[in-house]
Amino acid sequence: MARMKFLCDADRCIECNACVTACKNEHEVPWGINRRRVVTINDGLPGERSVSMACMHCTDAPCAAVCPVSCFYTTDDGVVLHNKDTCIGCGYCAYACPFGAPQYPQTANFGTRGKMDKCTYCSGGPEPDMSQAEYVKYGSNRLAEGKLPLCAEMCSTKSLLAGDGDIIAEIYRERVITRGYGSGAWGWRTAYGETVTV
Amino acid sequence: MANKISQLLTSLSLVLGLALVAPLAQAQVNPTQQSVNEGALLEALGSGGNVAGRISIPDPNAGYLIKPDNKLWAALQGDTLHQISIWAVIGMVALLALFYVIRGKIRVDGGLSGRKILRFNTVERFAHWTLASTFIILALSGLNLIIGKTVILPVIGEGAFGTLSAWGKIAHNYLAWPFMVALVLVLLLWIAHNIPNRVDLEWLKQGGGLVKKGVHPPAKKFNAGQKLIFWAVIAGGAALSYTGVMLLFPAEAGTPADWQFYQTIHALTAAVLSAIIIAHIYIGSVGMEGAFDAMGTGEVDENWAKEHHSLWVEEVKGAKAAEGRTQPAE
Ligand code: HEM
Ligand code: SF4
Ligand code: SF4
Repeated sequence: MARMKFLCDADRCIECNACVTACKNEHEVPWGINRRRVVTINDGLPGERSVSMACMHCTDAPCAAVCPVSCFYTTDDGVVLHNKDTCIGCGYCAYACPFGAPQYPQTANFGTRGKMDKCTYCSGGPEPDMSQAEYVKYGSNRLAEGKLPLCAEMCSTKSLLAGDGDIIAEIYRERVITRGYGSGAWGWRTAYGETVTV
Repeated sequence: MANKISQLLTSLSLVLGLALVAPLAQAQVNPTQQSVNEGALLEALGSGGNVAGRISIPDPNAGYLIKPDNKLWAALQGDTLHQISIWAVIGMVALLALFYVIRGKIRVDGGLSGRKILRFNTVERFAHWTLASTFIILALSGLNLIIGKTVILPVIGEGAFGTLSAWGKIAHNYLAWPFMVALVLVLLLWIAHNIPNRVDLEWLKQGGGLVKKGVHPPAKKFNAGQKLIFWAVIAGGAALSYTGVMLLFPAEAGTPADWQFYQTIHALTAAVLSAIIIAHIYIGSVGMEGAFDAMGTGEVDENWAKEHHSLWVEEVKGAKAAEGRTQPAE
C-alpha cells in the first residue's frame, strides 16, 4: 500500500488559493472552515514564499494521541481520518495539531463546539465508501473513485503534490536538482520526522 | 562649445550605460538566494516558536503554518497527564484501603450519648451538597476523558462510548457553573472557621488522633486536617474554575499555547483535588463513626463532638449558657 502524503513546492506556489476553493466546493465544507489554506511567509519581502497547508496526515498523529474518545484511525494508505459520530468536540486535537488542521463548525453556549472537521485527503470517513452518509459528513471520497485529492490535481503550477510519499518526494528532488534551489518540503520534518534530502 | 557637447555626451552615455548595466547585474543575482527556507526557519525557532505568515482568510490563527512544539503537549497530555491522574486516584484508594485494614473504622470511644448538637444548618448543608454533587459529576466526566478510552470504550463499543462522552461533556460544561457558585458560598460560610491558629499545630503534632485509638487533640469547629481540606478545595476549585472557563471560551483565552497551558493546569489540579476528596469522602462516611450525620441531618452526637471538636462544643455550650443567663428565669 502506498503511504499518501502532501508536498507543497513553495517555489512554484503563486498563492492563487484555487486549492482552498476547490476543496471547499468539492466537499461542501461548512462556513468558516478551511480544510486547506495558503500562508505567505515573509510577505512583501524579497524571497517571500507561499505554502499551501492542510492536514499532513502525520506519522504517529498527535491529534490521535490526545483524542479522549479515540475517534481517529489511520487508513491503509496512511491517511488520518476520524469518526464524527464519536467526536465530542472537546478541542484537544486542535491544541495538539502542529498545522492547525482541526476546526469546528459552530460554537454554541458555554463554548460547546460542534464535531471536528479537517482534511480527509479526499477519502471520506468510516461510512461505506461513496455513500450519501459519508458525503454529508466528510465530503466526497475521491480515493475510492481511484482519484487523488482535488486540491493537488487541479493545482495550475503543480506546486501542490499529492500521492505516494516516495514518488512525490522523488518528483520534488528532481525539480530541486534541475532548477538548483528549493525552499524545502514544508511540514515534513514535523509531520513525518524526515524531510526530502537533495 | 564642441568640447562642452562632447563632455555632455560622455556623461549622458555614462548614465545610459549604467542604467543598462544595472538590471543586467541584478538579473545575475539568483532570485531565490534570499528565499525563505523551511529548514533554516525551523532551526532559527526557539522553543515555543512558530513558522507563521500572512493569510487572506479572516482567522488570524490560521496564519500559523507550523507549530512543532504542539507535539510536546500532545505527548504530555496523551501520556504523562494520563499516568499522573490514574495513579493519583488509584494511589489514594490503595492508601485508604491500607488505613482501613490497619486502623479500622474510627469509633466514638465514649459510645454514643444519644444527645444531639446542631453542627451544620440547612444553608451549610445545601452549599456542601451542591459543591459535592457537582464536583463528583465533574470529576467522573473529567476522568472519563482520561481513562474512558482504555477502560470503558472496549467494553461498550465506540458508538455508545461516544454518546456517553458527549453527555459527559455537556454535564461537565453546565455543572461547572453551580459548582463555582457553591464554591463561593462555602468560602463565605466557612472561611472564618478556617483561619489557622496555634491549636492546629498541636492537632497536627498529635497526628490528629487518627493513628492511635483514644487520642483526641482539641479542635474548634474545624480541625487542622479539615482546614487543609477546606483550603485545598478553595485553591484547587478556584484554579479549576479559572482554567475551565478559559477552556470553555478558547477564542477569548488566546492561542493554542495558552489552551495547552490551561489544560495542563486543569488536569493536574483535578488529579490532586480528586485524590484529596476521595480521602475526605472516606473519613466522612465509612471511615469514622458518627461523622456523616454532621452533613446528613446536620446534628451530631454530643460524645462524637466532644472527642473530635472539644473546643467547639465548649463554645456552643458556652453560648447557650450565656443565652440562658441573659434570659430571666420564669
Ligand atoms: C459523597 C461525598 C461526600 C461526603 C460523604 C462528604 C461528607 C462530609 C462531611 C460529613 C463533612 C463534615 C465534617 C465534619 O462534621 O466536620 C464534610 C465537610 C466538608 N466537605 Fe464534604 N463530603 C463529600 C464530598 C465533598 C466534595 C466533593 C467536596 C468539595 C469538592 C467537599 C467539601 C467539603 C468541605 C470543604 C468541608 C468542610 C471541611 C471539612 O470538613 O473537611 N465534600 N463533608
Ligand atoms: S496534521 Fe494535525 S490533524 Fe492532521 S494528522 Fe497531523 S496532527 Fe492530526
Ligand atoms: S474534538 Fe473530537 S476528534 Fe478532536 S480530540 Fe476531541 S473528540 Fe477527538
